[in-house]
Amino acid sequence: MKGTTRAFWLFVGPFLIGLALFTFVPIGWSAYLSLFEARNTVTPTVFLGLKNYADMLTDDAFLRSLGTFLAFAVFIVPLTFVLSLALAMAVNQIGVARAFFRSVFFLPFACSYVVASLVWKMSLFSGVETGVANKVLAVFGGDPIAWTGTVDPPWYWLVLVTARLWLQLGFYMILFIAALQRIPDHLYEAAWTDGASPGWQTFRYITWPQLRGATVAVLTLNLINAFQAFDEFYNILGDSRGYPPFARPPLVYLYYTSLGSGGQDLGRGSAGAMILTVIIAAVTLLQGRVFRFGRA
Amino acid sequence: MAAQHSRRSFLTLAGMLTAGSALAACGSNTGRGGSGDTTLHQWYHAYGEDGVQAAVKRYAAAYRGGHVEVQWNPGDYDSKILTALQSSAIPDVFEAQVKLDWVRQKQVVPLDDLLGDAKADFVPELLKSQTVDGHLYGIPQAIDTQVLFYRPSLLQAAKITPPTTVDELVEATKALTKDGVKGLFAGNDGGVSVLMGPLLWSAGLDYLNADNTAVGFDDPRAAAAFGKLRDINKSGGLLLGSPTDWSDPGAFTSKRVAMQWTGLWNLPKIQEALGDDIGVLPFPAMDASGKPSVPVGAYSAMVNARSGNVDAAKAFVKWLWVDQVQDQVEFATAFGAHLPARASLSAKAPKLQSGVGAQVVKFVADGGKIASPAWWSARSNTALSDAVARIAREGANPTQETQKALEVAKAELARARG
Repeated sequence: MKGTTRAFWLFVGPFLIGLALFTFVPIGWSAYLSLFEARNTVTPTVFLGLKNYADMLTDDAFLRSLGTFLAFAVFIVPLTFVLSLALAMAVNQIGVARAFFRSVFFLPFACSYVVASLVWKMSLFSGVETGVANKVLAVFGGDPIAWTGTVDPPWYWLVLVTARLWLQLGFYMILFIAALQRIPDHLYEAAWTDGASPGWQTFRYITWPQLRGATVAVLTLNLINAFQAFDEFYNILGDSRGYPPFARPPLVYLYYTSLGSGGQDLGRGSAGAMILTVIIAAVTLLQGRVFRFGRA
Repeated sequence: MAAQHSRRSFLTLAGMLTAGSALAACGSNTGRGGSGDTTLHQWYHAYGEDGVQAAVKRYAAAYRGGHVEVQWNPGDYDSKILTALQSSAIPDVFEAQVKLDWVRQKQVVPLDDLLGDAKADFVPELLKSQTVDGHLYGIPQAIDTQVLFYRPSLLQAAKITPPTTVDELVEATKALTKDGVKGLFAGNDGGVSVLMGPLLWSAGLDYLNADNTAVGFDDPRAAAAFGKLRDINKSGGLLLGSPTDWSDPGAFTSKRVAMQWTGLWNLPKIQEALGDDIGVLPFPAMDASGKPSVPVGAYSAMVNARSGNVDAAKAFVKWLWVDQVQDQVEFATAFGAHLPARASLSAKAPKLQSGVGAQVVKFVADGGKIASPAWWSARSNTALSDAVARIAREGANPTQETQKALEVAKAELARARG
């Protein structure tokens, strides 16, 4: 028994120390800072109570970023969902080189967000005529477009969304493929015997209900991911002087507030982070209730 | 079994030791101080020009009062300094522009006693920009400025003269756009971050008033000035989406634009690419109550209050940035193009006696404006640049947006003044 206990701490201990040191302590500290006037200091002295929270909840820029990302989530979550499911079904049904296609579509997930963002910004969607997208446009006789710089129409969304889809689809596709492969063949055989037509009918009554677990997981992860958007936004639209007021995710706004190079307002930044945490937790719980997460 | 146990104990111990030493490494104040073998840590941001790093190491090595270790910091240097000042004894000496909160949190040390007789020689505006509540916190190392570079040949071809008003700048941006060349480049954000200050100055306004007691743009003409940036953005002649940003001369030297707003420090690269086909201008005035202006910034040598060797650090700062006059001239003018922070030194720099160099010296003397005042907070700056971005890029109502930023700036100033 003693040996087991020791082994438990040996294996769990280092992880727990890391988790406590780099996750729990900062979360607690952040909650503490959110109640203080904490500009350029992590050991504040001026207690403000809930003033930072009131400040953030009336801060036009913060509210706008929350609104933008609610809209973004409503758009990107279903899109990622449908595309990754379609990709999974296609790859799963393909007769030749299945492993090859699976790897090809999964590979982008292993790519760094920063690297992908820079490739998107500086090569694919560069605003000058040598950018890939502009070269394609030129073939059809179009003038070069400043993809990340044009606000009307907001072409920057095209850059952001394609980068995100390229990076993420493969991962969700793998989740769906795993779930698809767990559906027993005899269900399909029974359905066909009973006269169900392959295609929509089989999908609607066999595949879809069987994918429940994966569906909920993908939706939940996707939604959290949408609210945590940072990397590709920061690297595609941000620059050394700051970030434009549009397509600004809450995390990017909070990053500039609490850790920006002009001055670090850790009190308001922490208050915003707490608010965002509550929102993500609430939405996830709500989603869990709606989809009866864990009871699938 | 026993052997296994001892191996586990060993692993546990090793794990704890590793964790322990990692923690110890976090706080790297070695507590050395006072004695003759003092080691000072000096930080610079990574200057883009070749030779600066070698030069500042050479200066440090020549110091006889102690050992100085120079650290070169590529990447987001300003954030790194902010974080270091909150808890670390390193660096002892660093370059930055003073911020109100550093003074309020007692993170930096007053340097009033270092200047001595040299005080009168420093550009007064620069000293003022590094002074808070009557105390000087940074010794200006060199002046950085930004100007409008243009190619005279293209202006001649388009039969226009160098713009002297903001409206003429809008017209020139349009007129110079042809044959795949755009009129103007002022950053991939449509000029929002670099032209925000110059636009205020063009209307005779500023971020804050002269004694930092009130917001400096509580005036309907601020909205009008920002509206001009909307005109520039709408003109069709503004380059966007360039692979390099405003601080790099790439768009101008690759002949993609006829005019670019960028740092004077790029002058050597621009001369190399374009030879004599170079003109420089300050940002023009909007109307009669404004003046042509150029932003002026100065990284200044400062001393960390948490340093274990404050006195040694101050002695080194005085030695390098007050006494070593030859090094200061070389630092400012030999690599990129900066201006010395002291009036007497401009006369000693051959590059500043004629041509573009001499012109820019005059721009700074006549219309140099402090680019980031200590009292102008990051929050105010975000609010104002958000407003300008919405006005110039999204076509939002200039008056309403400016008013929102004004309210934030007023609240911030009230907080700062306590």
